Amino acid sequence: MIETRGLRKSYRSREGRETKTVDAVRGVNLDVAEGEIFGFLGPNGAGKTTTLRMLATLIEPDGGEATVAGADLRKDPAEVRRRIGYVAQGGSTWDESSAREELVLQARLYGISKAEAHRRAERALEAFQLTEYADRKCKTYSGGQRRRVEIALGIIHEPKIVFLDEPTTGLDPQSRAHMWDEIRRLRTEGMTVFITTHYLDEADALCDRIAIMDHGEIVAEGTPAELKREISGEVVIVGLDAPSTPRAAELLDTEAYVSKLETVDEGGLRLYVDEGATAIPQVLRRLDHAGLDLRSIELHRPSLDDVFLTKTGRSLRES
Amino acid sequence: MKLARDTWLIFQRQTQLLLRNPVWIFVGVFQPVMYLLLFAPLLKPALNAPTQAAAYKIFVPGLLVLLAIFGGLFQGFGLIAELRAGVIERSRVTPVSRLALLLGRSLRDVVSLIAQAVIITLLALAFDLRVFIGNLLLAYLMLALIALMTSAVSYGIALKVKSEDALAPLMNTVAQPVLLLSGILLPLTFAPGWLQGVAKWNPFSWAVEGTRALFNGDLGNDRVWQGLGIIAVLAAAGVFWAARQFARSVR
Ligand SMILES: Nc1ncnc2c1ncn2[C@@H]1O[C@H](COP(=O)(O)OP(=O)(O)OP(=O)(O)O)[C@@H](O)[C@H]1O
Ligand SMILES: [Mg+2]
Repeated sequence: MIETRGLRKSYRSREGRETKTVDAVRGVNLDVAEGEIFGFLGPNGAGKTTTLRMLATLIEPDGGEATVAGADLRKDPAEVRRRIGYVAQGGSTWDESSAREELVLQARLYGISKAEAHRRAERALEAFQLTEYADRKCKTYSGGQRRRVEIALGIIHEPKIVFLDEPTTGLDPQSRAHMWDEIRRLRTEGMTVFITTHYLDEADALCDRIAIMDHGEIVAEGTPAELKREISGEVVIVGLDAPSTPRAAELLDTEAYVSKLETVDEGGLRLYVDEGATAIPQVLRRLDHAGLDLRSIELHRPSLDDVFLTKTGRSLRES
Repeated sequence: MKLARDTWLIFQRQTQLLLRNPVWIFVGVFQPVMYLLLFAPLLKPALNAPTQAAAYKIFVPGLLVLLAIFGGLFQGFGLIAELRAGVIERSRVTPVSRLALLLGRSLRDVVSLIAQAVIITLLALAFDLRVFIGNLLLAYLMLALIALMTSAVSYGIALKVKSEDALAPLMNTVAQPVLLLSGILLPLTFAPGWLQGVAKWNPFSWAVEGTRALFNGDLGNDRVWQGLGIIAVLAAAGVFWAARQFARSVR
């Protein structure tokens, strides 16, 4: 659905007398499959919005190629526009218009007839639970209501792909969960959804596949599970009292599924394993046979933040 | 066909929003009426006009051109607000014609200017101004072209500078010499030779003279077609340039 090769963009900005060049996006290669929710995860200033704006034909890339929904981004941007929807990070509704007016106009700008535009607006209002406020001015909406209108605007023409730039930023947990449901519904309708986010849990729970972006480059790509597995495997933390720790370490060190073993100072072990789910029963059996009492056993799965940490040397939570 | 449809869509929306805000309508009518009632009476003695009607024949066309220039030049502010709200970007990802994004807006400005002009003309009729209808329509065409040009240029500049803080001084700087050198408020026949020489380079002074000739029933006057021609060419250039700004990247 989307294929990019070496997409680049730099900005020149003036600071006093000097002109500075910011390489916002430096050589992005992406492959997004049809019907998936693809997530772009990265800290502020990573270049997510810039990439999206290039793919949505709003800014011209300095270099590279891209095919979006089967149309060539450089040669046929008009065709790209017909096939995509785009919801900007910063909002796109006019204070003095109502949701219904905005939806009808947006549909008509895509060449849809008046009657059909009204039908679609009605359907979209229902789907996004906006019927109640449909005819009020946008400036009277809450942040979450307004965000829902904007997303409805982005898909009113039933595009093949919709780009959502931080669709859930600024929403409360409940509205976020609700928005996730909406986005999943778009996928079941066959749309390809491309979202950006800097929420780890959102990338993890919502996206089929993600690309982690930092300083204008993609540092990792895959399903959340793949990325996490690739990183460090999983860690089983075995709680033991200090006296029995050396004996347990001796026993478990020789086991094939343990790739690395560390002793915890005040008693206990950290076992690096490929898959905790199969390792834990074996650990339990081994220790039980040897008559060693264990106090606790925990499984630590690597998070996307661990992935980010290994790839960039920084934690996304801190940056 | 698509251009016409898209232009109509944008025009419709812009007009709807304008009509929703009665303050604008009030201001748009109130100001020129004040000029007509409070400033024009000074003109009869100042211009040495034989009658009040003769003074209006000179003043009303100038006032209308003034409104067309200023009404257009300050439309850019509304566009900057739309830019900030993300509305322009939203339009730009749709397949809508970029020229229509401009024309729809400029057309609204032209229509609201003509509405203003009609109100003022009707009022002036009450003060014994008499104009032949054909000439009046030609004069309105001149006004429409002026408003089209100035609003298009204002939109284009707004898209370039992207901030009210830059647009306001820029527009005032442009508008002031244009105003002073066009003989809008007082005809340039009173001006010294050098000033008349400079004013020849101001397209609006040709437009004002042409409009005055039309109000004077002097259809054969060269200034009529010259003014119309100059303004039409400039309007086309302004629209062309501003439409390119809409097509180029925003923000
Ligand atoms: N118009 C511009 N002029 C100059 N620099 C820009 C411009 N737009 C973006 N940048 C710079 O390009 C880089 C990437 O910005 P971008 O908006 O793509 O980041 P982002 O990943 O979307 O961040 P966020 O999560 O904060 O939205 C940043 O360093 C930013 O300062
Ligand atoms: Mg962004």
